[in-house]
Amino acid sequence: MEFLNALVLLSNFVLIPAISYGSQLALGALGVTLIYGILRFSNFAHGDTMAFGAMFTILFTWLLQSWGISIAPLPTALLAMPFGIIVCIGLVLGTDRAVYQFYRQQKAAPVIYLIASMGVMFITNGIVRFIIGPNDQKFADGERFIIKARTFKQMTGLSEGLSIKVSQGITVFVTVVAVLILFWFLNKTRTGKSMRAYSDNEDLALLSGINPDRVVMVAWVITAILATIAGSLYGLDKSFKPFTYLQLLLPIFAAAIVGGLGSPIGAIAGGFVIAFSEIMVTYAYKKFLKYLVPEGWEPDTLVQLLSTDYKFAVSFLILLLVLLFRPTGIFGGRSV
Amino acid sequence: MTYLSASNMTGGYGGADILHDCTIEAAEGEIAVIVGPNGAGKSTAMKAVFGMLDIHKGSVKLDGEDITKLTPQARVAKGMAFVPQTSNVFPSMSVEENLEMGAFLRRDDINVTMEQVYDLFPILQEKRRQNAGELSGGQRQQVAVGRALMTKPKLLMLDEPTAGVSPIVMDELFDRIIEVARTGISILMVEQNARQALNIADKGYVLVQGRNRFTDTGDRLLNDPEVRKSFLGG
Repeated sequence: MEFLNALVLLSNFVLIPAISYGSQLALGALGVTLIYGILRFSNFAHGDTMAFGAMFTILFTWLLQSWGISIAPLPTALLAMPFGIIVCIGLVLGTDRAVYQFYRQQKAAPVIYLIASMGVMFITNGIVRFIIGPNDQKFADGERFIIKARTFKQMTGLSEGLSIKVSQGITVFVTVVAVLILFWFLNKTRTGKSMRAYSDNEDLALLSGINPDRVVMVAWVITAILATIAGSLYGLDKSFKPFTYLQLLLPIFAAAIVGGLGSPIGAIAGGFVIAFSEIMVTYAYKKFLKYLVPEGWEPDTLVQLLSTDYKFAVSFLILLLVLLFRPTGIFGGRSV
Repeated sequence: MTYLSASNMTGGYGGADILHDCTIEAAEGEIAVIVGPNGAGKSTAMKAVFGMLDIHKGSVKLDGEDITKLTPQARVAKGMAFVPQTSNVFPSMSVEENLEMGAFLRRDDINVTMEQVYDLFPILQEKRRQNAGELSGGQRQQVAVGRALMTKPKLLMLDEPTAGVSPIVMDELFDRIIEVARTGISILMVEQNARQALNIADKGYVLVQGRNRFTDTGDRLLNDPEVRKSFLGG
């Protein structure tokens, strides 16, 4: 009985949030790893691309809500996401044309693209704050919970409750669908294979007649789709605040590098590694241990390795360790 | 009938000229081999024929058509195929996917050509699902040549195909090259293993410092005392 309670406690505060957060990071890291593999630079503007896509999803959500359109119990944001995606695609294709194409023609070194992407990051951040303001924005509606803690306690009779939010369920479902579609595209379609070939051996791909402009365009389109979905889901689940997305860059890059830059499977695995590490290292295990240890052995302190303020330190530490000891990541991508 | 006629090519990589008045020709189904000492400009001559190098004098004609101004991709569409010396496969893709990428520009059914490539290189059929990067050096070369053959080229250009492979594999590779030539495809090959290459060559070009030094059939070059003394090693 106590063991079950301990398990439910851990699931509620560690397992489920980590799966949800891991999915969001995985989607973000997929966008980063794709651009790294195909355009061969680290896109520091990715966090703010997510914010931009999420912002337009929010604007369209408010519009739909004001028209009274709703798809309860699901959040209206799901209806608005396709429109947000379209605007985001416009943004990334526009930045590619205005910024990165110039450097491609000059055959600039990868670090130049990185610095340029930082410029894009600041500008995009400014645009987002300019349009929607720097504060917290709420746009979630519809049912909040798939299963409430109280309902769970009543159903099982345990003293610990388990709650799963609708946003968490949607995150996992959408992530699974998006990943399946992405992998089908990369492995089974002619365009997808040509992108993998271009990422593998650029010169040989050009010799085979693969059109580099088309590959670049499709890469940006996929990145914008993934970024908007990741940003909107994160905003639905937690909250939308432009600066948060800037901070998300660190765990997203950590996830992409840990998994191996350029490897889509790596990005997904990395996302979950980072999410689980962040949450498990900063969780206070006192109550969990109270259920498991015999009477009299209960801990006095919170048994928390790191305070939650230091969540990002965990990603940073993992990133450091990976770069020091296995820079190609778990799935052996390119060395950074 | 000369299928490939690259005449009086003069050019370089931007600074000084590397090729001076170089002429390379190959007829249908013929094996033409370019040999010469190190730094003679053999790979440069091949790159000039393929369009990876700009020549400011001379011309390249394919089947009578002047293609001197065309980009390498455009020349592929005209029937040229090029197998670079290194980095000539997609290592993270399977053998079958490599062949599919070779036929990227083709819109018709490529299965017939793929079967032909598998007939020519049976080991590739065995390892069709394996990643090209995991194969041995000789097998990778076969993937590279197979990839080039998927475009159904009329001229196949090979840059040092036997570099870094064992002597047995080299013999096998040369046998396959002869088989390919027998189907009517012209072969243009740059080789360091001059003796073995000239053995199978219909025409041999010895380049020295970017110029044609000796041009003759493979057999006659092998037996020419001057060629043997100056660079085949007697």
